[in-house]
Amino acid sequence: MRRSAFRPNLDAGAIAFVIALAALALMVVLPLGWLVFTSLQLPDTAHLTFGNYLEAFSKSIYLQPIVNSLILATSVATIAVLVGTPLAWLLARTDLPARGLIRGLIVAAFVTPSFLGAQAWMLLAAPNSGWLNRWWVALMHTEHGPLNIYSLAGAIFVMSCYNIPYTFTFVSGALAGVPAEFEDAAAILGARGLARVFTITLPLALPAIVAGFIMSFLEAMSEFGAPAFLLIPARQQVITTQLYLFFQFPARLELAAAYAMPLLLVTAGLLYAQRRLLGRKRYTTIGTKGGRRHLIALGRWRWPVLALALIAPLCSVFMPYAALLATSLSRAWGRGLVPGNLSFYWYRWAFVDNPTAQAAILHSLEYGLAAASIALAIAVVVAFAVTRKLVPFGNVLSFICMAPFVVPGIILAIGFFAAYSHKPLLLYGTAWILIVAFATRFLPIAYTNVTTALQTLSVDLENAARTLGAGRARALFTITIPLLRTGILSAWLLVLIPALRELSCAVFLFTPRTAVITTVLFDFSDAGNFEAVATMGILLMAMTLVLVTTLYRFLGRSVLDARTT
Amino acid sequence: MAEIVISGLRKRFDQSANYAVDGLDLRVRDGEVMALLGPSGCGKTTTLQLLAGFLQPDAGEIRVGERVLSDATRVVPPERRNMSMIFQSYAVWPHKTVFENVAYGLEVRRVPRAEIATRVERTLASVHLEQLASRYPAELSGGQQQRVALARAVVVEPDILLLDEPLSNLDANLREAMRFEIRRLHDATGITMVYVTHDQAEAMVTADRIAIMNGGKVDQVGTPAEIYEEPRTAFAAAFIGRMNVFEGTLGGDGVVVCGELALRTASAPIPAAGMRSTVCIRPQHVVLIASDGSAVSGPNRAAGRIVRQTYLGDLRDYLIELAGGLVVRAVTEPGVRHDVGAGVVVELPAGHCRAVEE
Repeated sequence: MRRSAFRPNLDAGAIAFVIALAALALMVVLPLGWLVFTSLQLPDTAHLTFGNYLEAFSKSIYLQPIVNSLILATSVATIAVLVGTPLAWLLARTDLPARGLIRGLIVAAFVTPSFLGAQAWMLLAAPNSGWLNRWWVALMHTEHGPLNIYSLAGAIFVMSCYNIPYTFTFVSGALAGVPAEFEDAAAILGARGLARVFTITLPLALPAIVAGFIMSFLEAMSEFGAPAFLLIPARQQVITTQLYLFFQFPARLELAAAYAMPLLLVTAGLLYAQRRLLGRKRYTTIGTKGGRRHLIALGRWRWPVLALALIAPLCSVFMPYAALLATSLSRAWGRGLVPGNLSFYWYRWAFVDNPTAQAAILHSLEYGLAAASIALAIAVVVAFAVTRKLVPFGNVLSFICMAPFVVPGIILAIGFFAAYSHKPLLLYGTAWILIVAFATRFLPIAYTNVTTALQTLSVDLENAARTLGAGRARALFTITIPLLRTGILSAWLLVLIPALRELSCAVFLFTPRTAVITTVLFDFSDAGNFEAVATMGILLMAMTLVLVTTLYRFLGRSVLDARTT
Repeated sequence: MAEIVISGLRKRFDQSANYAVDGLDLRVRDGEVMALLGPSGCGKTTTLQLLAGFLQPDAGEIRVGERVLSDATRVVPPERRNMSMIFQSYAVWPHKTVFENVAYGLEVRRVPRAEIATRVERTLASVHLEQLASRYPAELSGGQQQRVALARAVVVEPDILLLDEPLSNLDANLREAMRFEIRRLHDATGITMVYVTHDQAEAMVTADRIAIMNGGKVDQVGTPAEIYEEPRTAFAAAFIGRMNVFEGTLGGDGVVVCGELALRTASAPIPAAGMRSTVCIRPQHVVLIASDGSAVSGPNRAAGRIVRQTYLGDLRDYLIELAGGLVVRAVTEPGVRHDVGAGVVVELPAGHCRAVEE
């Protein structure tokens, strides 16, 4: 019997699986274990104590940030829902002009990191220097402009802008799933336009609206970047910025760990609730031929409504990007857009003159590529073993792969720091801690996408290869993976894109030798070098744009629906 | 008066070259059940959507009584037509209970709360759903959801009830029971109904009259018996029941010659272009006579050979190939036996041969 030189068999598969398992232990189990342990540890001893919790939750200076976080998150989620829901309805059910444009702008807001939006709004609405304030002063001849972005209200405004896409996407999906006949049935029974919307359409979309609220609430609770840019200068801390302050000298790691626990529990609980909500099958319906949808004619309201619908994109895309572009092209942004001030100085600075910026760009790409590859490798092996039921405890493995999803980046960073800043596994200070942290943080994205792709693929295709003599690993590599390459490649991009703009983990784990674009951005912003920040931000978005465009070619219009959660 | 008069109705989608509804004329009398029967794509659902006011016609008009509801310039919206509709998917709202679903139309009409309760309960009882009033649709079977849709549509006492393939999602037994249920409901209420279906048996059970639709037009309107026994076109003839259709040339003596068959017909032949004419006869009227294969002559007879024979319990179904290649289908008593390959004489009695339009 002839044998080929290389013949992967069950053993090759088993080895790959064991490696993936070990990686999961190091990436997920160990850091989260250390997080819990540290929160209960009397510093630098082996003694356990609840003292850290007592200290963290008894001092009023530590309680105010929790109140602020709740105000911030509730407001952001409320605004995002109040804007996102009507937008989704307008685009799905009316003859509003320029629907494609608005949809595109919402995608643009979706891929813009909110810390970049915060930076842009600092340029627009800082108390004295912000352009909008200066124009106001010039026009109204007053002493001060009306806007102050360095405030809780400012943070709520900016973060709301970038949270609208969540509700918009969820509600759009829900509305697309409501058969036209449900609304037609109400019409023929005598219900007029708005009555139909409020008695039929919106109640059916309610689970999606609630899911959007929860999503935005959680984002606002666990977001670090935008609050750090806007609220640290205002000395109004929220939970995440307070966690950051615990890390400043003298670092209080044990206090940070204890302080992070309630946030972790809330996140996990709400995400569980959201899953239940979206997973409920009560709203399934009898098969239908889909019915032709009758778009509601806005008539003479078309243009006024369009103007309203453009407010959100104006605040989240047009004005911020205009401000960032103008600043990146100005020698000194305070002098405004005047001849002589326009130059490519800062782009030259980023690419040629400044080694820090160059290194950061390279690091971002290197770490992102490495993290995406690691996350995908683990996801493919584990998802294959679990969906094909090759191993016992498959649901435990799934759970471990999905666990980082409920952990805010900043808390994951604390766990990584606690686990890997001492021997025997001293990773802190190396590039690896960032790579592994990115890979861990976005592993759930890789895992859900690969699992979905695998589930749509018939097992028979693989089994056909096996009846012809291929081993399990060979079938995986010669049949399954080639068939899934589009799915795998898009999952890889879906990890790479957020890894490039990751700030909340990176800011805790980087050292000057391992700085990435986002940490450089953060440092420059802190130092007031806004031209450099704007330039790096534009470069980051240019890289993102290339990747998103590539992703579009794989996924088509469904980019917004891709499983990023 | 809820008499519906549709005249010259035309509708096409997205500037397509083909009209989905292409010059349709139809009169539905007050209080009757009119079935729109036709194959998929014949425009029957579009016609119903036009009747409901969801679509605006490109030409023609729809009148109910004296009132023009739709024409090319103006459409009274669905909510102001006092019609009800039963959708193919039922469109029973999943977020409302059975009671809330049925009460919806009454709430929209601002009927007092107490009256809503009595009317909903009475209607639910009439479709045997009174026990399930507080259930959600997801907890109901397909047949029960169907009855919710029915109750929801009739509780508002509409002038006209539109039904869009209402039974196509049910299994065969339930479908048969619901046909009679709908008919019973009509006889109890007297609502004018327009009933879209592609199932001829459904149309024959429920409808007072049937409009056979083809290519966006009405081919023939008549009672089930009229359509079955006196089809006017080849399409109507072939669409309802099984039918042999022969195309031939009209001879001078009123005989239609189709290959070796010379057919006399009960009604006068209808000449089409170039003296062509079409004749049809139902298989059960075809007579088979055992033969030794010798030639036969005379009108309405020909010699042939059995090429297929199927025993169906209550009858036998034969396919006979005539010497010239023409194929005739015949259905006989189960006791009449001819083996495959056997020679027969086929007789097509003139009294059952009908000349139809092409």
